[in-house]
Amino acid sequence: MSLITEPQVVLDLAAPDRHAATRILAETLVGTGRCTDLETFLADVRAREEQMATGLPGGIGIPHARSAAITEPSLVFGRPATGIDWGAEDGPATLIFLIAAPDGGGEEHLKILAALARKLMRAEFRTSLMEAPDAAAVVDIVEKEVVNP
Amino acid sequence: MKFVGVTSCPTGIAHTYMAAESLEQAAKAAGHEMVVETQGAAGSQPIDPAVIAAADGVVFAHDLPVQNAARFAGKPTIDVSVKKAISDGPGLIAQAVAAVEEWKANPSAAVGAAHPAAAGGGLTTKVTEGVGTGTKIRQWLMTGVSYMIPFVAAGGILIAIGFMLATAAMGGNGPIEIVKYGLTAEGNYNIAQHFNPVSLTSWAALAFVMGGAAFGFLVPILSGFIAFAIADRPGLVPGIVGGSIAATMGAGYLGGLATGFIGGFAALWVSRWKVHKYVRGVMPVVVIPLVSSIITLGVFIVVLGRPIKWLSDELTKGLNGMTGASVALLGLVLGAMMGFDLGGPVNKVAYFFGTAGLATAGTAADSTPLKIMAAVMAAGMVAPLAMALTTVVRPNLYTEAERENGKAAWLLGLSFISEGAIPFAAADPWRIITASVIGSGVTGALSMVFGATSRAPHGGIWVLPLLGSWWWWLVSVAVGMVVMAVIVIALKTVDQAKHGSVERAVESATV
Repeated sequence: MSLITEPQVVLDLAAPDRHAATRILAETLVGTGRCTDLETFLADVRAREEQMATGLPGGIGIPHARSAAITEPSLVFGRPATGIDWGAEDGPATLIFLIAAPDGGGEEHLKILAALARKLMRAEFRTSLMEAPDAAAVVDIVEKEVVNP
Repeated sequence: MKFVGVTSCPTGIAHTYMAAESLEQAAKAAGHEMVVETQGAAGSQPIDPAVIAAADGVVFAHDLPVQNAARFAGKPTIDVSVKKAISDGPGLIAQAVAAVEEWKANPSAAVGAAHPAAAGGGLTTKVTEGVGTGTKIRQWLMTGVSYMIPFVAAGGILIAIGFMLATAAMGGNGPIEIVKYGLTAEGNYNIAQHFNPVSLTSWAALAFVMGGAAFGFLVPILSGFIAFAIADRPGLVPGIVGGSIAATMGAGYLGGLATGFIGGFAALWVSRWKVHKYVRGVMPVVVIPLVSSIITLGVFIVVLGRPIKWLSDELTKGLNGMTGASVALLGLVLGAMMGFDLGGPVNKVAYFFGTAGLATAGTAADSTPLKIMAAVMAAGMVAPLAMALTTVVRPNLYTEAERENGKAAWLLGLSFISEGAIPFAAADPWRIITASVIGSGVTGALSMVFGATSRAPHGGIWVLPLLGSWWWWLVSVAVGMVVMAVIVIALKTVDQAKHGSVERAVESATV
């Protein structure tokens, strides 16, 4: 199972705020057939974001949701040229991970997302994504580090 | 230190795991161990109750209520939001360490918090700053005991194997014959010169001699590390050499206690001298060991040694001469102490009494100290076993998590790890401890009366082949276990009749 495919990598993400950025990233999931209803999914992500912004120290934003509109666990990677405010105290985010899980998905799927979340805490993982030259490299890193470690 | 923790977040797919990773990494970086239970969407794998029991502290980083939080009761706990763990793992670990230190400094408030902290690198003591004199003395003693125990274990088990093989090789005469062997003995009794690999007697003698050699260190190590706890490294020389002299003079562990305290304070005193800076450089390697040794050894050899030897002999004679009611009473009191705080200070005092007795008994084939050791070990197994039994007999008295704890408690109990009952005692202290004191006391008394013996300081069921009268020893454990289980069930049933089912109460609390 692949968590991420090349269309789900947006290396020059240009958006005025996090909601616009999330929309751009989520649209790629519609394109790859992983999201059946964009507006439902965005509403779910927004609901989570409103509970508490998902920006984290170190310039990371992790908008995420479990949604009925999602068909399989997916990751969309966004790298904005200029940071986008994601509600973290130490400044805007330069690495965005949109994490989408199907509602009531199987355990196996969720375990991969758990592994991804743990990887996000590793500096070397973040650096390698920050420095990845193209979409293929990003997909490769995620596949190697998270899906088939 | 060892920590356990729980993380959780509203969605259960990201923060939960990031926080867990952050905490585990931070703990590792600071040289601690940490196991985190991720109560997220990918199902949560409950932490092994034994791991929780062994943990020094707890970290909850959560946005949802912690599931089955009762499992972690009775330990110093840091409670924060999940985001805090992600943004500042190292800070939280530092907070947790501080909380554990503070907790340890005030052990009267803690049931079973006095676990040996497995610190990385260097020798450690159990001494904490800013505590009362009584607590300090206990911590000094326990430091000595904790370093002595491995010697007791290695030596005791070897000696027991020696006796076992000797009996197999030479019949009833074996245990008498075997003690004649040694490294410097004459003729065939010199095992170094006359070891015969096809002779069972030779193997018996070899095990016996090796065990005896390890036992020779009991008093010096006890004494040396009491002095170490008092004065740090400078205390080792007067402590160890003093202990060795105490052992040689036949003053036993009482002598070792004396040399440990004298050596420690002598070294502490000398190390506080104000000296010229040219002398300061040679203080730790020359002056402190020399002066503190002269004081400790001189005082002990000339003044204290003989009276303490007399006292020690009288005590041994008294113990060996004990019969009937007084034997039962001693077992009852020690057993009750073992069951009182399940690994806490009172339990450790009783355990110290048992192991110190082993040092006194030395390589003798049969004596009261060996019976005391057996009684102490039997009593220490009762509480976890009884709790495990009650979870099987009356599962409806317990929550799901407690029933899981019950399964682990079987193994912990059989291995003589009294702490296995702590999760139950922490959740319901007075009922469990009342029952535990009675059940463990019964077992202690029975084991003494039956005359079961042990020269292994630890191991529970796993050292059964090394115990004397093991059958009666098992009976005494079983009787205490049933007694305690019956009392627990009775007390809990009465309580439940009053307040309704535990299950329902817990469920309504978590919904």
